[in-house]
Amino acid sequence: MSLDLATSRDLLRALLPELVLTLVGMALLLVIAWRHRTAADLRVAGWVTLAGLAAAGAAAWWLWWHTAHALGAPAMIAVDDFRFVADGLLLGTAGLTVLVSFDYLERERLLAPEYYALLLFATLGMMLMVGGEDLMVVFLGLELMSVAVYALAGINRHSAAAAEAALKYFLLGAFASAFLLYGIALVYGATATTNLSLIGVQIRTLGLDNSPMLLIGLGLLLVGFGFKVAAVPFHMWAPDVYDGSPTPVTGYMATAVKAAAFAALLRVLGEAFGGVPAWHHIVWWLAVATMVVGNLVALAQRTLKRMLAYSSIAHAGYLLVAVAAGTSAGSAAFVFYLVAYTLTTLAAFALLAAKGRDGERDVLIDDLAGLASGRPWLAFALAICMLSLLGFPGTAGFIGKWYILVAATGARQLPLAAILVLTSVISAGYYLSVIMAMYMQPEPFERAHTAMRIGRLGGAVVAVSVAGVLFLGIRPNRLLDLAKTSGDGLRAGPAVTTPAPPSPPSVGR
Amino acid sequence: MLLGPSLAVSAVLFALGVAGVLLRRNAIVIFMCVELMLNAVNLTFVALAQQLGVAGQIFVFFVMAVAAAEAGVGLAIMLAIYRHRHTVNLQNINLLKG
Repeated sequence: MSLDLATSRDLLRALLPELVLTLVGMALLLVIAWRHRTAADLRVAGWVTLAGLAAAGAAAWWLWWHTAHALGAPAMIAVDDFRFVADGLLLGTAGLTVLVSFDYLERERLLAPEYYALLLFATLGMMLMVGGEDLMVVFLGLELMSVAVYALAGINRHSAAAAEAALKYFLLGAFASAFLLYGIALVYGATATTNLSLIGVQIRTLGLDNSPMLLIGLGLLLVGFGFKVAAVPFHMWAPDVYDGSPTPVTGYMATAVKAAAFAALLRVLGEAFGGVPAWHHIVWWLAVATMVVGNLVALAQRTLKRMLAYSSIAHAGYLLVAVAAGTSAGSAAFVFYLVAYTLTTLAAFALLAAKGRDGERDVLIDDLAGLASGRPWLAFALAICMLSLLGFPGTAGFIGKWYILVAATGARQLPLAAILVLTSVISAGYYLSVIMAMYMQPEPFERAHTAMRIGRLGGAVVAVSVAGVLFLGIRPNRLLDLAKTSGDGLRAGPAVTTPAPPSPPSVGR
Repeated sequence: MLLGPSLAVSAVLFALGVAGVLLRRNAIVIFMCVELMLNAVNLTFVALAQQLGVAGQIFVFFVMAVAAAEAGVGLAIMLAIYRHRHTVNLQNINLLKG
């Protein structure tokens, strides 16, 4: 199915998943304007959200099934496999988060159905961000996502820690957005366009790859994205915010928000700045710093939530290695790793939400002692998550890391590959200590873990995620093929049959 | 017309905003500095629009809408934290650390 995005009918078709989600989000806002008092209303809002996510997923699948692609002049929105795969990942993550939230919100007495509306709009922002073919669409999607997630972080108004997390996230997020926006403005000034593929064309035809204005703009863009994906040295907000937010929101931030920011980063760098070698060096150093600092500081953490926060920073470093490789093998490894990491991290945060009643901030790693004898299945699930995060053979995390290593060595980034392996060894120090506490230490007192309650839906989420992690660890082929085709789409040359935009002004070149 | 000076002024404004965010400790002042940064970018867009066409001016409207949405959520968050801590000074807001 080829779509001519210049006609409004085809444009609406190409935007179908986003439109469905928008309509459901607005309908949900109307519903909860009347019904927002009881736990039953909360459940209704949750099911409406799930239905909306499923419908948007079906729309994205429909486009993908008909191999939709764009014709004619580059438009505001991309229609390619990368967008559909990323949409599927984001919608799936949001769906699993909703399922985890059912029990959590009722248990914590957070009777705020707005939670689900915010989740929907955040997901919508992410989909626009990964599908944006224009820097302004990427920016607007990012802001829609960020504003919704600022509010989600502080949704628990009885908790001072949640308010503090929301404030820190808001201030640093807005700061980062301003950097990103200035970067967009300077790139626009240097290339006279904000369309990603046209930026690539302009850089090649006008030989702009050493223009100071473009390079400064690119640097500012990387600072903005660096904040959003929590890469060192722009990570200081992440541990505090992940720590203070409600646990399902933390899981959502550590997976979907990060995945969306990374996917948009990969698209921007691949399509617009493929001809500018300068960013490889910057991403190289970001990757090294993120892997080393994330893993070393995670070693020192005593609470499970903060440990997982630093672990997610470390994983951002591994993903940056795939970005730095800059090849199509790198993009494929990137997509695969993102899926593996998302499944694993979601399950880990769902288990943490089950363990910590009234304050999962205080769950120490030592509090898990003897979990294996008290609650063998939950301990097994958490152990699989830790092994996958570590990159143990037989899990999705191992295959993901393996392909990142292959991509890095293929791109002659041997030091990067070596640092990845070394820091993974360091990470065994904190992942394995969780497993040791669960399996090798006795329960501190009789029936220490009977209060741990996961609920049927939360249990289903954990079961599905863990099964997915194990399945992908053994049969990764299907997903890997999908990752390859979607990664290649990012590098397919754009249709250069377009009227050239006006030539950029002479200042700063 | 005056493209260079306008870009220079907006760069200076942006740098002032960054310095304010990094140096000040009051959440509302920090937020005002972020707004200054956004408006510096708006000035850049408007200055570039002289030569690059009307798109630059349209971006300014999007940025203004985004800044308004951010202000709405941000001030609500500051209100929430003021209710808990009776201050919006970041030096006193330190439950989360480590």
